[in-house]
Amino acid sequence: MELSPEERAILGGARGEAPRRALEYQVKVGDFWGAKRFVPVTNVHMMGDIEVMGDGGLQWLKEHAALGARCAVGTTTNARCIDFAHCERLGQDAGEVAKERELIACLRRMDVVTTDTCINYQTVYQPHLGEHVAWGDTGTVIYANSVFGARSNFESGPAALAAAITGRTPEYGFHLDEHRRGSFAVELRARLDDLADWGAVGKLVGEPHQSYTAVPVFHGFHRTPTADELKHLGAALASYGSMGMFHFVGETPEAPSLEAALGGRAPAERMVITDADLERAYGGYRLGDGDARLVVFSGPQQSLLEMKQLAALFAGRRVQAGASCIVTTNGAVLAQSRALGYAASLEAAGVTILEGVCFYILQNLTPMRLANRWTNMVSNSAKIVNIIGAHRFNTILRRTRDCVDIACTGVLK
Amino acid sequence: MNLAVARAYGEVVEGEAVVSEEGFSPRYDLDRWSGIITKPGHNLEGTSLKDKICFFPTAKGGIAAGWAFYDIKWKKIAPKAFIFGVTNPVMVQGAVFAGITITEGWTPHPREVLATGDWVRVDPAARRVEVLRRRP
Repeated sequence: MELSPEERAILGGARGEAPRRALEYQVKVGDFWGAKRFVPVTNVHMMGDIEVMGDGGLQWLKEHAALGARCAVGTTTNARCIDFAHCERLGQDAGEVAKERELIACLRRMDVVTTDTCINYQTVYQPHLGEHVAWGDTGTVIYANSVFGARSNFESGPAALAAAITGRTPEYGFHLDEHRRGSFAVELRARLDDLADWGAVGKLVGEPHQSYTAVPVFHGFHRTPTADELKHLGAALASYGSMGMFHFVGETPEAPSLEAALGGRAPAERMVITDADLERAYGGYRLGDGDARLVVFSGPQQSLLEMKQLAALFAGRRVQAGASCIVTTNGAVLAQSRALGYAASLEAAGVTILEGVCFYILQNLTPMRLANRWTNMVSNSAKIVNIIGAHRFNTILRRTRDCVDIACTGVLK
Repeated sequence: MNLAVARAYGEVVEGEAVVSEEGFSPRYDLDRWSGIITKPGHNLEGTSLKDKICFFPTAKGGIAAGWAFYDIKWKKIAPKAFIFGVTNPVMVQGAVFAGITITEGWTPHPREVLATGDWVRVDPAARRVEVLRRRP
């Protein structure tokens, strides 16, 4: 990589040992991808919690905090693995809870703003067209690239933290025009009335095109999609397809037309998604032993409008005895949901609201599954249905209203 | 009997090959306490990746690989190398951070020159994977 005088000085230790190590690491990653230079970033969003970092990661973090590592730009955190208000009830390990507190303290010493959210793009920071950022998780990245027209690669925890410390990231992938052009076209002929439908589209498009460099261009849809719909679409594309960007003709900033989104090239493939495709997708989930005692609204965390919708759907109903219905959101949304009465409605129905976490990264999830004898997990999130597999749940995607019915009746269909 | 790779990072390593027809995520597919693929229905379900040279056609998801690779290396259950057909930045960021050898892009497809159980050597600087001996 070609380094600026300032970057050479950082590598020489002019800004201290932590920036030196961070930049050295970034150069190795940049070299792998053939990056020619660094680009400055204005914002960083990082994943860092004890469940994913483990003892080794925590030790590394403590060492870097002690070295005086500090964020050079605004840096926020992704959803974490422990909700301190519910950890005992969830049976989370007290030792790990203590480590999580230690980890948060380390991040704060480094000037990280611990927002604990995977919907930063809905509640914290909205980058503008062409703005370079360094974000993770994948759902945040695909939303930044696609809906805002900002520029980010998938930045894992250590890579995002390195970007936070140096204020820059290697210029490759979605920072470059050439990787942002659409590669195949997807005509949406389906109604797509529910958030789960949008996740299902992400599954149908992402699964057969698993590639970070594949960029689908959606077109032909009959109305303007909402922010929450694009959130579920993006999260599922990133999850099933490892994709970091999509275009939506007439809706996203780099897709004024199909031709423009494709960069003047012919699409490598043309797909059509119909209502029948969606029904086949829903029909493809095995119901296992019929267990309907776990319904989850999470991955991504719920927006305020999703909380409002859930509160309305659960009004006057009650989660069946012996079942668990779990909703996750961030602190800001929960505070507003409490003020507006949505949280009270959900809790009156027996729904558990977890703050600052995502269900699939909860510490101790496998023991939790075993202790509760859960076999199935039902959700309206195609992303979480896909990613929770290592914990050996049989997962079932259903529309939002159907999920609420399942939670309240115990009947899985 | 060689495989050429397009991009590579890490030390020269040797080990037993595990060849998957399905993509990989350390978060979606792997039990990060045992090093065994536990996702129901995964092509390698029940297989330990510890000390293996792992061939995956694609990467799945997920930001968590960055810390997860370091975590499994710390727990001494990490593979020796990841050989991807197509990967994503997270896998590379994670492998570099953890000091695990990683490559992307292959010619020819691994299934044409090697199989699970073969003993292979990965030389990142030479952009090469070499089959040293066949599975007994």
